[in-house]
Amino acid sequence: MERNITLTALFAALIAVLGLIPKLTLMSGIPITAQSLGIMLCGTVLGARRGALAVLLFLLLVALGLPLLAGGRGGLGVFAGPTVGFLVGWVVGAYVIGLLTSGLTSLPVGVAAGIAAVIGGIVVLYIPGIIGMMIMLDMSVQKAFLSILPFIPGDLLKAVLAGAITATLARARPGVVASRPAG
Amino acid sequence: MLALVSPIDTPYHRLPAGAKFGALSLVTLSMFLSNAISVQLAAVIGVAALYLVVGMDFLRQGLQSLRPLWPFLVIVGIWHFLLGDPSEGAVVCLRLLAAVALANLVTMTTRLDDAIELVMKLLRPLRKLGIQTGQIAFAIALVIRFVPVMLDNARRLLESWRARSARRPGWQVIAPIFLVALDDATRVAESIRARADLSTYNDDDGQEA
Repeated sequence: MERNITLTALFAALIAVLGLIPKLTLMSGIPITAQSLGIMLCGTVLGARRGALAVLLFLLLVALGLPLLAGGRGGLGVFAGPTVGFLVGWVVGAYVIGLLTSGLTSLPVGVAAGIAAVIGGIVVLYIPGIIGMMIMLDMSVQKAFLSILPFIPGDLLKAVLAGAITATLARARPGVVASRPAG
Repeated sequence: MLALVSPIDTPYHRLPAGAKFGALSLVTLSMFLSNAISVQLAAVIGVAALYLVVGMDFLRQGLQSLRPLWPFLVIVGIWHFLLGDPSEGAVVCLRLLAAVALANLVTMTTRLDDAIELVMKLLRPLRKLGIQTGQIAFAIALVIRFVPVMLDNARRLLESWRARSARRPGWQVIAPIFLVALDDATRVAESIRARADLSTYNDDDGQEA
């Protein structure tokens, strides 16, 4: 019980931290914001239920007025803005990532986490994201889809990184990945 | 940790959080139900007036917090203009502007304690479903405590990266950030268990359900 609450709160805080540190660089110096990577890791490490709860808790604190989104944004305004669908998608995405990571137990944990992050963190995440843009910006599906297209390559890289980082965590602290008990 | 509450004292700070939140929900809902440009324009003017009543500094602060929205407004505006439907574009842009500005106004004038208290009040019916709302309050407090500590840890790891490498910090630093945090969390969980029984923790003052 104590461990569940602490871990959920910890990952909610880590999502914030990854959005607040300066941008990190990818192999050849491409800057990335790591916040969406934090969402993926919530799912891969904590599993479906606790992962989605951690994201919910993070969004609750944003709604309460803390500037925890990448770039120091926050408050109720982001929930009235055009990207609200992606915030909803984060919760659903983390849940699906958790389900898939624990479902693909026949694969090595890093590979399972990577595949889960592609499906949950990109495909599933973008569905509410696109619906949100269609409603808030009065866009057609095609237009909304086209406008998110440039972000897909970066997200694919982040999914690969999420897999690699999950594998590192599982190796360094056996038992920390919810779906892969130690031993 | 810096909250988004405005340091400028306004009359809105003294309104109850529940009333502000209720009004915000109602106004936003009616804006989205209407497609009349007059309604949206009135909403924008009304919200601007709410800011302006307090003063120019407060209005400037409000505009500052709208900055992330401008790119969207420009793109949507141009898009509808090219489609030959400028009035539809104006409705979408004005509605978005008013809705976000009004939501920001509530955030800028509601202290964190008041916001948390409101959330706990709204969550109280969940207790009937067996959800321990005290745990949610506890988790909120934990995150607020964790963020600055974890941020500090992360900055130390980034500094030691810079001390060793001429290149900018890369993604490889994320795993250590998580490892340090996970080790801390294990200790935190142990000390909470030593001090409290969270399974029946249901109220902010520790009363049992």
